[in-house]
Amino acid sequence: MTAYLLKRLAIAVATLVLASMVVFAVLEIIPGDPARLMLGMNASAEQVELLRNQMGLNTPLALRYLHWASGLLSLDFGRSYTYSVPVIDLVRERVVVSLPLALIALALSTLIAIPVGLFSAGRRGRAGDTIAMGAAQLGVAVPNFWFALMLIYLFAVWLRLVPSGGFPGWSVGVWPALKALVLPAIALALPQAAILARVTRSALIEVLNEDYIRTARAKGLPYRAVLWRHALRNAMIPVLTILGLQFAFLLAGTIIIENVFYLPGLGRLVFQAITQRDLIVVESVVMLLVAAVIIVNLLVDLSYAIVDPRLRSRQ
Amino acid sequence: MSLLEIGNLSLSIGGTPILRNIELSVSPGEVMGLVGESGSGKSMTALTIMQLLPWVARATGRVTFDGVDILAASEDQMCALRGDDIGMVFQEPMTALNPVKTIGEQVAEGIRWHTRASRADAEERARKMLDRVGLPSAQFPLSRYPHELSGGQRQRVVIAIACALKPKLLIADEPTTALDVVLQAQILDLLRDLVAENRMGLLLISHDLAVVTEMADRITILRHGEVMEAGDTARTLSEQLHPYTRQLAQASMHVPARAKTYEVGQGKPLLQVAKPLLQVERVTRDYPGRRTSLFKRSAPTRAVDNVSFSMISGQSVALVGRSGCGKSTLARLVLALDEPTSGAIRFRGQDIAGKSEADLKSARRDMQVVFQDPYGSFDPRQKVERLVAEPLHVLERKPDSAERREMVAKALHEVGLSPRDMDKYPHEFSGGQRQRLSIARAIITRPKLVVADEPVSALDVSIRAQILDLFAGLNQKLGIAYLFITHDLTVARAITDEVMVMHDGRIVERGKTSEVLDHPQSEAARALVTAAPDLHRAIARRLREQE
Repeated sequence: MTAYLLKRLAIAVATLVLASMVVFAVLEIIPGDPARLMLGMNASAEQVELLRNQMGLNTPLALRYLHWASGLLSLDFGRSYTYSVPVIDLVRERVVVSLPLALIALALSTLIAIPVGLFSAGRRGRAGDTIAMGAAQLGVAVPNFWFALMLIYLFAVWLRLVPSGGFPGWSVGVWPALKALVLPAIALALPQAAILARVTRSALIEVLNEDYIRTARAKGLPYRAVLWRHALRNAMIPVLTILGLQFAFLLAGTIIIENVFYLPGLGRLVFQAITQRDLIVVESVVMLLVAAVIIVNLLVDLSYAIVDPRLRSRQ
Repeated sequence: MSLLEIGNLSLSIGGTPILRNIELSVSPGEVMGLVGESGSGKSMTALTIMQLLPWVARATGRVTFDGVDILAASEDQMCALRGDDIGMVFQEPMTALNPVKTIGEQVAEGIRWHTRASRADAEERARKMLDRVGLPSAQFPLSRYPHELSGGQRQRVVIAIACALKPKLLIADEPTTALDVVLQAQILDLLRDLVAENRMGLLLISHDLAVVTEMADRITILRHGEVMEAGDTARTLSEQLHPYTRQLAQASMHVPARAKTYEVGQGKPLLQVAKPLLQVERVTRDYPGRRTSLFKRSAPTRAVDNVSFSMISGQSVALVGRSGCGKSTLARLVLALDEPTSGAIRFRGQDIAGKSEADLKSARRDMQVVFQDPYGSFDPRQKVERLVAEPLHVLERKPDSAERREMVAKALHEVGLSPRDMDKYPHEFSGGQRQRLSIARAIITRPKLVVADEPVSALDVSIRAQILDLFAGLNQKLGIAYLFITHDLTVARAITDEVMVMHDGRIVERGKTSEVLDHPQSEAARALVTAAPDLHRAIARRLREQE
């Protein structure tokens, strides 16, 4: 067990280091001078030189990487060019919107997907299954911003239950803040839930053919009990894998959704930074998102060991 | 009155008839043996009693259990019966338990479900039941997971689950087929005791006539979903009135006619008789122990321990032993699929241990392998021509496609298949035909040695007899030497000149097959011989008991 955990941890750290090199290299690969790129064509040579110094572009590459990477470790991401504030302050402000949004969406997609998967697997080939999987197919096909627009139209414009966009901040109270996050979270969660429901269904159907399901049935457990008690946990491994992989798409989805709902989150920050060519912010936020994805996948690896006792005793 | 009464039962699945007019009954305390070859409908009969058939199945007729009309019973009624009054044990213990739940949870689950007992009470009863089936608490706490147990131990857990609530009827579907003979004898003893203790009815399903004869009071013989013959076990099998009964009985005792050319007296060293084909000298294979922490490993496991033996051309040798004794590891070493930790293996005088694939090419040409499972050993998407021609790449000169077809045709002909079968896919063949295909694949390079790992244990008795004949014939015709790995002593007796008994990685006894099997010297060999079911012996004993 410890060997397994240590190995997973080592892999996660190695991935993180590798990712940081790639992200850093992208800035180097961009043709031309990053400082010139950020300032635009009309900037004077002095301005460019000033920014070059500020960004440390005049020091050797390796040294610059080490400086940047050690900065990341101490949460010093440098200063944003467009906002003229430390990037960490920007991130701090935005993360309180994006993190709850992503977590709510993740929880929501799981809460929708697993019951739907169980429902469908239990009625394989019958009408209920066909309808649920047809809906899931639709969910996979329709992009999340379309859902977002439909949700705004229905709940914000027509029913006037929630605001159509914007974020009041947590200072006005938890409920108004959450209300602002409900629609975007649903829009983010639906396509994810659709994929996850399909995965859950097929994993369950595979497990339901196993011999131990028959053993459980021979014990006298009704079909439904067998599904919940014996099949679900065994089907969790592929579901967890997809959940981990989907997290990256969820984060990518926030960029679009935060723009649709006008939420001041990380996704919007990175979007604005890209349009304003604020490469320092882009670099930092991308690194943060990469770290989030790696951490989530590490958690998925750990949860395998919780779900499957065989992993705990194997080396 | 009978506990279970089946009358005029017919079953079809998706329109295909599976069972026709089955008649069967089991009384309390009685063991009914249900015998038949694969596809005869044995398991479907069991699943009908349990009502665990696929939902497209349609059953007609009468199935009455303890006054309950099973075919008319609702799902709720069936749930109340299953696991409480009717228990069931399945064939494959390795997959019959849920891998993510402890054995305690799995045994206690049924108890809690049916009796509404508290968790503590249910666990206490589960504990008692596990003790009863021979899994004492010191070694097997309730917190063990299935993967920590061996096949025989897992089958005990499955029996504990099925018998936890002292069912009136136990259905055991091939409960010992996946186990070695010693474990089989232990499990059968356990079942017999449980029947006696609780006056439980036992419906024992098996393809093995000897096992059923040892266990069953009455026997029902099934073929193609119909009852061929039914009655008192001893009388049915000693009189063999029905031709199919006779055919089954003869097939299960079949011994191929072989001219015993290579008989070697016990104790006489083989090296003096002829130049050895295979020499295994002081071979040991250790597997590294499990990592207990980052820096520590437990002691290595010694799978093969200082084994030496040799074989001459054309000789047929059996390597017998219980599961886990190291016989398959030894076979892998002989086939140069694995390297010995120490010791030397010479094939036709050439050292094959630790050689590169290029150096092994000529040795690979001269030795081939036949595996146990005729279903799993072929790529389903390739045609027979390619599958059988697979080993040809080790030939010195690559045959062109016309030559290749000719060679495949010849090999198919030799194993009793038609050259026209070349363009078929594996799924178009039956289990026995597939085993013929794997033999064709093995002999296409004209090998000197064929290693066969349990080559007939997955086959029905009548097909097994045919395949044994084929092995014997090829041995005569082509002079191929065999190393037969098996736990089935009937097979060893039928087809080999010599037998080696392996136990805990060592060869503990070696000699002429008939002598070792009739007068085993070592304890391991005695255990194997005593445990092996034997049809003659079993019928004789039954008849004696009845007098």
